[in-house]
Amino acid sequence: MSFEPKITLFSCHYASQQSCAEEGKELQQLGFPATIRLVRVPCTGKVQLTTLLQAFEDGADGVYMVGCPVDGCHNVKGSVRAAKRVAAVKKALEELDVESGRIEMVHLPRGLHPEFVAAGVAMDKKIRTLGPSPFQS
Amino acid sequence: MIVAERKPMAEIIEMVKDCSKVLVLACRGCVTVCSAGGEREAAVLASLIRLGMKKQGKTIEVIEGSLVRQCDKEYIDAIDQWNGSYDAIVSTACGVGVNFIANLRKETMVYPALNTTFFGGSAEQGIWTEQCAGCGDCVLHLTGGLCPVARCAKSLMNGPCGGSVAGKCEINKETGCIWQSIHDRLGSFDRLSQMETIAPIRDWSSSGHGGPRKIVRKDLTIA
Repeated sequence: MSFEPKITLFSCHYASQQSCAEEGKELQQLGFPATIRLVRVPCTGKVQLTTLLQAFEDGADGVYMVGCPVDGCHNVKGSVRAAKRVAAVKKALEELDVESGRIEMVHLPRGLHPEFVAAGVAMDKKIRTLGPSPFQS
Repeated sequence: MIVAERKPMAEIIEMVKDCSKVLVLACRGCVTVCSAGGEREAAVLASLIRLGMKKQGKTIEVIEGSLVRQCDKEYIDAIDQWNGSYDAIVSTACGVGVNFIANLRKETMVYPALNTTFFGGSAEQGIWTEQCAGCGDCVLHLTGGLCPVARCAKSLMNGPCGGSVAGKCEINKETGCIWQSIHDRLGSFDRLSQMETIAPIRDWSSSGHGGPRKIVRKDLTIA
């Protein structure tokens, strides 16, 4: 039986501007996976550990964040904080004997660019390889 | 403050594996300051317990609560508000808090979520360092305010040892030799002669080697 993953993306609104283009249809037109639920946040640095874990509790097979470049965050260190929180969740997943690759951090510049779609495609591919979340009861 | 860190999740999951509902109880004292067991960390732990149990194919109800402190009887009494809503408490307090709950709640199973580690301070954001061993017989007035009991790997009273090289400890080269620091600091106050006073063989009975310690202040007791 084919596996359609559920992936939650938390993206800062600078890196995910593409999601607004063409009345929100451009991402779809460019091949952004339909398996990804995009949650836009003012800054990834505000996304707490509990929010990332809640996404897994809510049934996500994979979670990733897209924030500004490390040396070019609109909020100076927001995306660096986000990356540290992703690293903390990776460690927690390992403690629970779960693949740490189910959560990732991606740094992308603001604006409209193909890398945003490519990151989504890569995450979709990775989660399909990993299979369903072991947290599904 | 008392500094602690969360136990490995496998250990915590093993503790609660037979529970159907647990209370993750945060402490708003020291462990909040050292980001180990405050409300925020308790929320993370609650989520990880739910996920860990789900992975084992089990469901568990996890409720969260917090007390001002878990090291005072008056605050422990507030646990009553959750009566009947848990099989066990997972305390994110230091070991003192876990002991207090065990002392005062005979019917309650309580598990420690943290490894209580040391008395220390925040060296910089996210980094805590040991500063005091709670040995019960303070010598800081002789050592320029720097503790050789907690901060010398050998707890030497007449240091430095022969292993100190270029101001670094031979046990851990990233750690400064505290006796080097004591020497430098006493020197800056023109008190280097204090280094020549031989400290006598120490009586460690005040340090817990004589059993659990207790302080009684009769001017404060009620009875």
